[in-house]
Amino acid sequence: MMSTLMRMRGLIRKEIKHVLRDPSAILIAFLLPVVLLVTNGFGISLDAREMKLAVVIMAPEETARGMLQALDASPYLAVQRALSAREAGQALTEGRVRGALIVRDDYSQRLSRVAAWPAQAQLLANATDPNTARLMEGYVAGALQVWLTGQGAEKRQPPVAGIDLQYRDWFNPELRSADFIVPGIIAMVMTMAGTLLTASSVSREWEHGTMESMLASPARMSELILARLICNFALGIGSMIMSVLIATVVFDVPYRGGIMALSAAVSLFLLFALGLGLFISTLARNQFIAGQLSFLTTMMPAMMLSGMLFDIAAMPHWLQFVTYFVPARYLVSILQTLFLAGDVWPVILPNLAGLVAAAIVTLTATLLVTRRRLD
Amino acid sequence: MWRRVFALVAKELVGLWKDPKTRFVILVPPLVQVVLFAYAATYDVTNVPIGIWNDDGGAQSAELVRRFAGSPAFHIVASFQAPAEARDAVNAKQVAAVLHVPQDFSADVLAGRMAQVQVLLDARRSNSALMAQAYAASIVGTYVQDLHPGQRPPLVMLTRDWFNPTLESTWFILPGLVCILSMIMALLISSLSLARERELGTFEQLLVTPLRPAEILIGKALPGIIVGMIDANLVIAAALLWFRLPFRGDALLLEAMLVLYTLAGVGIGLVLSAFARTQQQAMLGVFVFASPMIVLSGYAAPVENMPPLAELISRIDPIRYMLVIARGLFLQDIPLDVVLSQAWPMALIAAGTLAAAGFAVRRALS
Repeated sequence: MMSTLMRMRGLIRKEIKHVLRDPSAILIAFLLPVVLLVTNGFGISLDAREMKLAVVIMAPEETARGMLQALDASPYLAVQRALSAREAGQALTEGRVRGALIVRDDYSQRLSRVAAWPAQAQLLANATDPNTARLMEGYVAGALQVWLTGQGAEKRQPPVAGIDLQYRDWFNPELRSADFIVPGIIAMVMTMAGTLLTASSVSREWEHGTMESMLASPARMSELILARLICNFALGIGSMIMSVLIATVVFDVPYRGGIMALSAAVSLFLLFALGLGLFISTLARNQFIAGQLSFLTTMMPAMMLSGMLFDIAAMPHWLQFVTYFVPARYLVSILQTLFLAGDVWPVILPNLAGLVAAAIVTLTATLLVTRRRLD
Repeated sequence: MWRRVFALVAKELVGLWKDPKTRFVILVPPLVQVVLFAYAATYDVTNVPIGIWNDDGGAQSAELVRRFAGSPAFHIVASFQAPAEARDAVNAKQVAAVLHVPQDFSADVLAGRMAQVQVLLDARRSNSALMAQAYAASIVGTYVQDLHPGQRPPLVMLTRDWFNPTLESTWFILPGLVCILSMIMALLISSLSLARERELGTFEQLLVTPLRPAEILIGKALPGIIVGMIDANLVIAAALLWFRLPFRGDALLLEAMLVLYTLAGVGIGLVLSAFARTQQQAMLGVFVFASPMIVLSGYAAPVENMPPLAELISRIDPIRYMLVIARGLFLQDIPLDVVLSQAWPMALIAAGTLAAAGFAVRRALS
């Protein structure tokens, strides 16, 4: 027991020296989160605004003024005039505008006589980006609706009885996408930082041949791994604290949860990520493979399959099943809830359970793989 | 000169190919990612779990609820009597939206007054919230129209979705994956190449060979381009054969642009490699650069939505230009001058980064 403790102290001192000698680990823990959070936080904005819309009006100028004003007033649209449908179509094909609204010449006559309703307008959308196209269609329809309602009031037409549909967006009333994406990015950062911290460490020792000398020492494999985990765990926690600070200070995302739930979630997740890094680097013979595997298992899944960008509930069922094997999913869910809603235990506890399972699986796998490599 | 370069390229490729694990890592992950991510990347909203909180007992509200139940966009999983119940269910993520019909709804509809309906959305999932909002509006809109069958609306808007008439998300995502997966590969291979030689101490050996710096550079650049092109074409094949994407542009033009694009990627990788002392540092460089490059390229969210500074930075991002070309050539046969307007920034990036890498290698010589 005594000797174990002594060996551990020595091993931890060795790990700390590694960290201090090569700045990579410090960079991973502190530079990577800053770069990732800042670029992702500003770069991924699902709040569409100023979508370029070409408007072709084949009617006398004065009849269209109100409609143009209404379109212009929309914060989501940047209206530009086009002279002909052909010209608008060309601008659409070349990607200079996202959509083109074409209003036929008889529209004002039809609009003025109830018997001739409905007047027609045509909206062409560049649907190579279907999500943006759909949003734009909604905004154009909304702007036209505002204009029509105003016109009806002006001409004292009887208001069309209808249903007033109101939306309430809970947790994020302005639907700021930063509020919902930044917690997701923290999960991505933790996945990458955690895995990278350990990913190339063991494969480097194999590549350099220093692994053999480590194995010849009295230290046991589990002690080697533990020392490495402890050291990188401390770095990972520092990295998490910084990420949360950036989120709340730079991006102004509210934090409504408690420290307990956050620490538990992040600690468990770090154990998983560090374990994954160790597993990859033990399995991979060289650092190229370790790098490619880290990419494959961390950044892309954390971005695409965690629910950070794409709603898991909207995925096909088999893929929803696959996401249960992407632990970033549990962390994203916990972080979004902690940041935007608070300590909602019915959400947090099942996800914590998922993280426990993930940590156990990667750490056991690492131990097994290392033991096998020794033979 | 070419014989020497060829020998170096052959050495690099053999080094990559002889190891079965490396071979596996070059070929299999891109295909796995294509399948997983193409299906994952859907902004389409179907089966949004919704709860009904109906304070109105009338036939009209029952009809409205029936229409929500019948829509493929929503899936009714709960019904509530009190606000607290609704709030708890949203908090616990049991439902993503709640349809609230207030007490006088049916009476208001019957009397021809403006009736009120509320949709409460869980904005932790803001994209789904936006989409659910649009679907709810269209359900309510159709319902209102059916209430007054004789009354025609003053204006109808006909929408034509060009290039992707059924609004398939995969049509949007797959050309993007062609760009991203080949870029990651080109970056990783080229960035680790020089760093590896340096870390293992073989860089000096390389320098004392008759190879000139330019030749070393070409020899280190070509494997990245070759493997990047292999991966790009794997994804293209999957997109065309499995996901049945249309291809409306000129295939040769796309291949030519991909070569230019991977060259730019390799240039960035070599610069990272020249500055890294160890492979871990080079890999870290790839991670630090690749993630912003992907995010700022417009892959997930349009470049126009970004704040001006982020948009400015995205101009030195080759992925941004290649995305326009790849999406344009797959879906809409964009004219040649549009392709070229995206090609020259990539050429500039390639020239700049390769020159910088060449400078770094030459400095190592002296």
